[in-house]
Amino acid sequence: MSAGTRKIAVTVSDVVKVNELVTRFRFVPTDGAPLPTFSGGAHVVVEMQDGDVTRLNPYSLMSDPMDQSAYTISVRRDDEGRGGSLFMHTKVKPGDQMMISYPVNLFALDLRAKKHLMIAGGIGITPFLAQIKQLAAMNGNFELHYSCRSPALGSYADELTTAHPGRVHVYFDDQKQAIDLETLLDGQPLGTHIYVCGPKGMINWVRDKASALGWPREAVHYEEFLAPQSGKPFEVKLAVSNKVITVGEHQSLLEAMEAAGVDAPYLCRGGACGQCETDVIGYDGKFIHHDHWLEDEDKASGKKIMPCVSRFEGKTLVLDR
Amino acid sequence: MSTFDFPPSILSRPVYGRLEPRAGKSHMMIADAEGAEAILRLAAEDATLMAKSNILYIPGDTGDKYTSQLKALKPKQLYVGPSYEAAVPRLRRTLLDAHMGLQVYLAGTEGLMGQAMLEATTAGIPHSAIQTEHHGSVARRVQCVHCKGITEDVMLDPFQCSHCGLNLFVRDHYSRRLAAFQGVCIDAEDPGNVPASVELYS
Repeated sequence: MSAGTRKIAVTVSDVVKVNELVTRFRFVPTDGAPLPTFSGGAHVVVEMQDGDVTRLNPYSLMSDPMDQSAYTISVRRDDEGRGGSLFMHTKVKPGDQMMISYPVNLFALDLRAKKHLMIAGGIGITPFLAQIKQLAAMNGNFELHYSCRSPALGSYADELTTAHPGRVHVYFDDQKQAIDLETLLDGQPLGTHIYVCGPKGMINWVRDKASALGWPREAVHYEEFLAPQSGKPFEVKLAVSNKVITVGEHQSLLEAMEAAGVDAPYLCRGGACGQCETDVIGYDGKFIHHDHWLEDEDKASGKKIMPCVSRFEGKTLVLDR
Repeated sequence: MSTFDFPPSILSRPVYGRLEPRAGKSHMMIADAEGAEAILRLAAEDATLMAKSNILYIPGDTGDKYTSQLKALKPKQLYVGPSYEAAVPRLRRTLLDAHMGLQVYLAGTEGLMGQAMLEATTAGIPHSAIQTEHHGSVARRVQCVHCKGITEDVMLDPFQCSHCGLNLFVRDHYSRRLAAFQGVCIDAEDPGNVPASVELYS
């Protein structure tokens, strides 16, 4: 059960190939009622019925937050992943009925900022598309630095530079272009907030540099959705539900609980929000923590686990669920 | 020693810490009176700090006691002024030209730290990223909630509003937006029934 979020029945109205890796999907409400407005940076969890398997993947909304007629997402195909993005790319067609969650925002703009400095890597551009629409409508001060592999794979780079010349800066890896981060951060006026979305390495690079230059932690925002990692199957006893379940190789612990009919809380399904935090009653083995929610001491304590992305290897694991 | 341990109070009441050198290419220190002691200590803790520091100092009734010591630290810039009000245009200009990464250190009386904090947050620094350390007087800057007039350096509770003359009870309720504690009429129900004033924290 996603905490506090109801679901919305939607119909796929458009499937557009953006480039070799990225496809865009547009959802309209099936009942025709207006969709809720959202704030830039919000995501929805998309339910995919892939045969017997239900996949639930979070995707950032990229459409105008005030547009209540449709939501748009962009999905990057991950051939090595567990199959959610491949399902979207190969199975989803216009006219299909799907369920999505209400929008949830874990990457909101801090509207107290005098300037918004956005740093995107690859498909990490999607939340900024909505944030830029939100800011453009209120004449907000923003600047986007967008790093992508090549012009051919630079999703929405052309649209952004055309719509916001002077505010959007694109860097292509194949042309040896790179963000001069220290100079960029050094020159920002007081009241600037940083937003970074992209691969883990990029997020750490920006956070570490900002910290070394004395930026307040409160002014550095980041979002990275983790896909649950595959791993060895393991067995879990759920003490409250009185069930013993097996987590499959390509299944997350949260998905295994859901498949067993256990109504576990979640929100982002990507190790970021903290909603699914679960107490460990007993264990004999080792945890493989993948989330960036728990503090290091929590991870070392063996008392907590985030079932959306983290795994376990060993003999027994008993959870308070 | 010029420090004072404030007893625990309501959440609204500011609490002060101990300044420590932080990472950054640019540092701004604002202090009054005995607050200079915190800056002298900072300089001793990190020898590289002063070359990138801009100090704004209001000696108040400490006279020349600390100014020569501050000069001897050879900060990048040192301003010694007669009052906080006189220093405000300089402070605003400095913040206007400053870039993210600037570290702000406040030391001294509550009135000084509160008002300088307001300037820094208005300029865009999150209040939780600004360090403070209390030194010197425990006098307060108080806003009369009735006439909105502000009385500086309040030492007595209750006290008479310097603007409208009401007898005000000094609350721990603090406004970051006004950089002032709130003073509320103590004898509204029974005019003239005013308890004897006591010195704050006496």
